[in-house]
Amino acid sequence: MKKLIIISVSLLFSGLMFAQEEENTIKKDTTKLDEIIVVGRRKLSHYRQEKTLSSIDEFLEKSNKITMIKRGNYAWEPSVNNMNSERLNVTIDGMQIFGACTDKMDPITSYVDVSNLEKVSVGSGQDGAENGHCVGGGIDLQLPSSKFFDSGLKSSVDLGFETNGNYKTGGLDIEYSGNRFYINTDGIYRKSDNYDAGGNKEVLYSQFEKYNISLQTGYKLNDQQSIDANVIYDRATDVGYPALPMDVSLAEALIASLSHKYQNDSTFVKSLETKLYFNTVTHIMDDSKRPDVPIRMDMPGWSDTYGFYSKVLVNEQKHALTFNLNGFYNRSLAEMTMYPNDPNQPAMFMYTWPDIRTFYTGFYAKDALSLNANETISASLRVGFHKNRIAQEVGLESLQIFYPEIGDSKSRFLTSFSTDYQLKKEHFDVTLGLGYGERAPSVSEGYGFFLFNSFDNYDYIGNPTLKNEKAIEGNMKVNYHKNKFHIGIESSYFHLIDYIIGEIDESLSPMTIGANGVRVYNALSHATIFDVYLNSSYQLTKEFSMNGTVGYNYGKGSNNEPLPLIKPLSYLAEFNYSTAKFNAAIQLEGNGNQSQYSSFYGEDETPSYAVLNLNLGNLFYINQNKVVLKYGVENVLDTQYSTYADWNNIPRQGRNFYVNLSYIIQ
Amino acid sequence: MKLKYILPIVFITLFATSCSTDDDSPATVNEVEGLTKIQELVNDTHTIEMFNKTGQFKTGYNAVSIRIKDNTSNLYVENASLSCMPMMQMPTMQHSCPNSNIIKGLGKDTVYEGYIVYQMTNTDGSGWSLTIDYTIDNVAYSVAGTITVLQSDNQNVTSFMASDGGRYIITLIEPTAPKIAINNLKVGLFKMETMMSFPVVENYTITLDPRMPGMGNHSSPNNTDLNYNIADKMYHGNLSLTMTGYWVLNLKLLDAQDNVLKGEDVTTEHTQSSLYLELEF
Repeated sequence: MKKLIIISVSLLFSGLMFAQEEENTIKKDTTKLDEIIVVGRRKLSHYRQEKTLSSIDEFLEKSNKITMIKRGNYAWEPSVNNMNSERLNVTIDGMQIFGACTDKMDPITSYVDVSNLEKVSVGSGQDGAENGHCVGGGIDLQLPSSKFFDSGLKSSVDLGFETNGNYKTGGLDIEYSGNRFYINTDGIYRKSDNYDAGGNKEVLYSQFEKYNISLQTGYKLNDQQSIDANVIYDRATDVGYPALPMDVSLAEALIASLSHKYQNDSTFVKSLETKLYFNTVTHIMDDSKRPDVPIRMDMPGWSDTYGFYSKVLVNEQKHALTFNLNGFYNRSLAEMTMYPNDPNQPAMFMYTWPDIRTFYTGFYAKDALSLNANETISASLRVGFHKNRIAQEVGLESLQIFYPEIGDSKSRFLTSFSTDYQLKKEHFDVTLGLGYGERAPSVSEGYGFFLFNSFDNYDYIGNPTLKNEKAIEGNMKVNYHKNKFHIGIESSYFHLIDYIIGEIDESLSPMTIGANGVRVYNALSHATIFDVYLNSSYQLTKEFSMNGTVGYNYGKGSNNEPLPLIKPLSYLAEFNYSTAKFNAAIQLEGNGNQSQYSSFYGEDETPSYAVLNLNLGNLFYINQNKVVLKYGVENVLDTQYSTYADWNNIPRQGRNFYVNLSYIIQ
Repeated sequence: MKLKYILPIVFITLFATSCSTDDDSPATVNEVEGLTKIQELVNDTHTIEMFNKTGQFKTGYNAVSIRIKDNTSNLYVENASLSCMPMMQMPTMQHSCPNSNIIKGLGKDTVYEGYIVYQMTNTDGSGWSLTIDYTIDNVAYSVAGTITVLQSDNQNVTSFMASDGGRYIITLIEPTAPKIAINNLKVGLFKMETMMSFPVVENYTITLDPRMPGMGNHSSPNNTDLNYNIADKMYHGNLSLTMTGYWVLNLKLLDAQDNVLKGEDVTTEHTQSSLYLELEF
């Protein structure tokens, strides 16, 4: 199968007579991201004001569809449709990248920064399957497209400060854009001390420090073809995780890609983009800053991924076709060394991810057919071959302690398909969709070896014999708008078969000191997840607008227990005042009481909360240079709260004054 | 295109060459390859060479390989029959220890193999002596000398008084190189009938509960109890080790009627059985 990849790549390269359409050349003039586009074209940034220098995490959190699970003040884990990491397909511009932490302390989103990206594309359910298999959805963090603007040299400086946690941010962006050549480089540095929860209560081990630099350059070979290269280096040090027993001394990623684009409006194939990429992630957990631990340990992890994709767009009469052939090879290795308190005893060592090699190659096709001016019907399909192999003899033998019968590799075929129907009329639009998706178990689910989960206080053992998890999905979206009033309802229903979750095995003895027991990854015969959101907005005057959202989520397994990390009733109300040079917004955001909490999976009931935020922004010019100033107060009332998504109920930030300044030199 | 024809020829040549044996000279096989000499015991007629992997006697189970060299011809004797008697000299008495018959090694011409289980030693390694009686062509010989037995770092052997009033010795034999896996655990069990006689105990059961005291005294899954194997007269079971480090193998000795002769279950209060072996890797 590896040969297949090589052959396809060389074929595609040698026959490069196709190309890529330059879809959107939205200029990026600050580190501000342009928008979150939920596939289905509902723009979400509109609902909230942003800080220009907000992290990717903060940025994603603004999205209706996304909730961030927090283990601290850094590296939040995105959740879409109440499903996180392993049920989502998170990519950076179509590139597969996998975190190197066995405890999910480094979601992919933590290895890029807003300065690297142009936009984030979120696909709910099978809408997110373009780059890989998923059941919950896909998040694609998109890098800027080629910048052959001929705009010359441009640079910008960003500075930010927040009072809570003494959080400082600095960013620099330099760009040269010519007709045939461009180069863009940016760097961003962030440092925060421990933040304070409401009532000035310091949250210990919530500090972090990181920097991120990136370089993007492109050369236009001719009118149809261009070559782009992108390198991102991200390094976080001294990251505290107040919700966990360990911190991170290093989280480092190098993400590199080289792509060839071809575009031609007059040919059958409108665009073809082929990208080769590789990335390497190093993640080192340590507990040297914790004064009181039962045992000292080191837990480093590594993840390297090599891959490619080729994406073809074809527009033929009423058909808009997308094809995507992709493949990757990943190596995940993590180990754990424990130092006994008795110095006469030797260090204890084990592989927590026993050098798992994942090989995937797959093909995606989508056709959107416009039936008439108002109706569109689309269908998509992804099929793939997925193979895991335990590369280390030690790793195989250690898993054979639990599964004596397993071999060193396991292959799976994965299939996903979806179809939807869209009707657009003057005052309303309707989208109805159906989908079926499958995913392979993640490395932790399949091969994890005594991974401690501080959420439910259990050690987890992977299960290499797991079946694919399958999801049957139905979704619907209805919007009605008249004059200045808009109301919309959006809902998804997932019936998951062989839902993977940890099951307590009483016969096993936990390895972690103080753990409640051992859970082995296993599958519930089925589970149900449902969410519904009601959005509305009203434009009072040209400057004044208001909007609100209410959401409800539900999740239950076939064992009749509620699923963990299901969002309770949530709401958001916002008043906006906005002119060309000034904007202001006041927001009320909150959750209801978490009545459907899952004590079975280690949750406790999170009480309701509401917080008030105030955001202001100015835009002005100094000597033709643009200045964007954003400032405001978050959690104005200094409420002490935590949400259902806060690991071990760590409290969120109390009152925070912030100011972000962007200076753009044209 | 020519390559198509050339390649087979090249391969055939290569195979033909690699198949032929250039080395036709009679092999002087080193029968103690990979072993290190522990010591020699010399008398007027012969030199007795003793070997094992480490070149040292240590407390616990010691496999031993012996060669007898004729002092006049310098040739190794191939038709001897041997027995050995290790002896520990204590201040007031002396005793021996469990040991096997010494027989010709499988497929060997000059090497005789057996084992000795030293259950204790003095801190400086002194106290033990070894007598080897052997017969060659119906002539009996004997050789004796003091040997050094060093103390092992971990408790890989223990001698204990059981509830039936008998004194037993239990020793760890395998794994010699433990790994993170299900290891084959091999243990020897001997009864101390007299100071000089330590026969193998048959058909008892030894229960196994490995624990890591350095890490909350956790156990591991899929261990099996040890049962007697008639073929090698030892006890065998599965020992799963989930990580490297220091492990305590908590044991309970059960007789043929399943009466507990020694050892207790491990609980949160009682963290270690009184019958245990140690292992470190």
